[in-house]
Amino acid sequence: MMQIIMPGLQTLVQDSGRDGYYALGMPPAGALDQRSYTLGNMLVGNDSRAAGLEFAFIGPTIQFQSDTVIAVTGAEVTALIDGEPQPMWASVPVKNGQTLSFGPMTRGSRGYIAVRGGVDVPKLLGSRSTYQNVQFGGHMGRALKPGDVLPIGTQIHSEDGHADRIRELDPKYLPSLDSGADLAVVTGLCNYRFTPESVQLFFEANFTVSHEANRTGYRLIGPALEFVERDVPFGAGNDPSNVVNLGYPLGSIQIPSGNEPICLLRDAVTGGGYVTFGTIVSTDLDALAQLKTPDTVTFTSVSITEAHARRRYAHNELAQIAKSLKYPWALETEREETQ
Amino acid sequence: MSTQMIAAPAPGVFWQRPAPDEEPFLTLGQEVHIGQTIGIIEIMKMFVEVQADRDGIFKLYVIDNGESVPMGASLVELEGA
Repeated sequence: MMQIIMPGLQTLVQDSGRDGYYALGMPPAGALDQRSYTLGNMLVGNDSRAAGLEFAFIGPTIQFQSDTVIAVTGAEVTALIDGEPQPMWASVPVKNGQTLSFGPMTRGSRGYIAVRGGVDVPKLLGSRSTYQNVQFGGHMGRALKPGDVLPIGTQIHSEDGHADRIRELDPKYLPSLDSGADLAVVTGLCNYRFTPESVQLFFEANFTVSHEANRTGYRLIGPALEFVERDVPFGAGNDPSNVVNLGYPLGSIQIPSGNEPICLLRDAVTGGGYVTFGTIVSTDLDALAQLKTPDTVTFTSVSITEAHARRRYAHNELAQIAKSLKYPWALETEREETQ
Repeated sequence: MSTQMIAAPAPGVFWQRPAPDEEPFLTLGQEVHIGQTIGIIEIMKMFVEVQADRDGIFKLYVIDNGESVPMGASLVELEGA
């Protein structure tokens, strides 16, 4: 068991996400920085889909009521056990009665706490992730509050023969956590609605992350983009940025009225009638999740083939990390589990 | 006497007052104690109470009411005890 003494700004139970219910209008939720979350589970020897905690800017204070092993990953922050600084990106044994707390966050915006066995809240539609907007999943569908008690589960990797081994990530695998990110975008479905000059401008411009940046989406501030003239098709709204309703892929960028692009993330609405200029490649969403106002974003256009290559590269890198940590990772198995 | 700063724990909009029509949390020369609320940061539609991480005498707000701050920015200057 773990007891929440102070919840931090917004601490949520998250996992790899509730995939497969997009058609019901249910976005996946789950850890916004999937890579940091996954590495946390590797470091503590968990099943790769075990639930952990995600916190934004201000970390929680948690008292553990049993011996366990934790790992803190994601944004750069000082993790303390009973006031003593601990390494990030490493497994850290914690004794019954000890308290985890955090110093100020110095880079990035989201931290992850993996606990050996996983946070054992009920599974809803196959996932323990919190979808706050409709108070679904996680711990009572909401951010943690003081006094909450979370059970620790048994989601330990069945083939992990190195349970008590102290694991530490090779620093060469640390995320950059820079205050700017260049994100790869596959254009479509609605980039045809913009003038060629505006499409070019989108890929040349520097955008700034606004204050409206959360798990639903990141609103960016940048130059206004212009639409080509058209006759409004049946079923579309009258604004030039309206189209006949379509699905919004995870990471898609909509640009209502040509102003302030919104990158849709894991808690976003799954479809609607705004133009989607393009979709951020899935492996770049982790870097986006660590940005905050007033960080900067630029976009680079890539083909679907290049997007797939980047995903393969990211998967291969995870496999390499798993090997270096002696963690029994098998991508094929992961794929089967998520189907 | 040394000058010390209280830093923003999150990026966002800084508010010196608990509500628009109320007085600022701190006035010149006021004693400030650890844990005391010195301002509010608005971020992601949430309000974070910023608390003093040290004791001191309030000198000035470095950031104007309603101004945007990056994470880690100095918000308040204290004369150290």
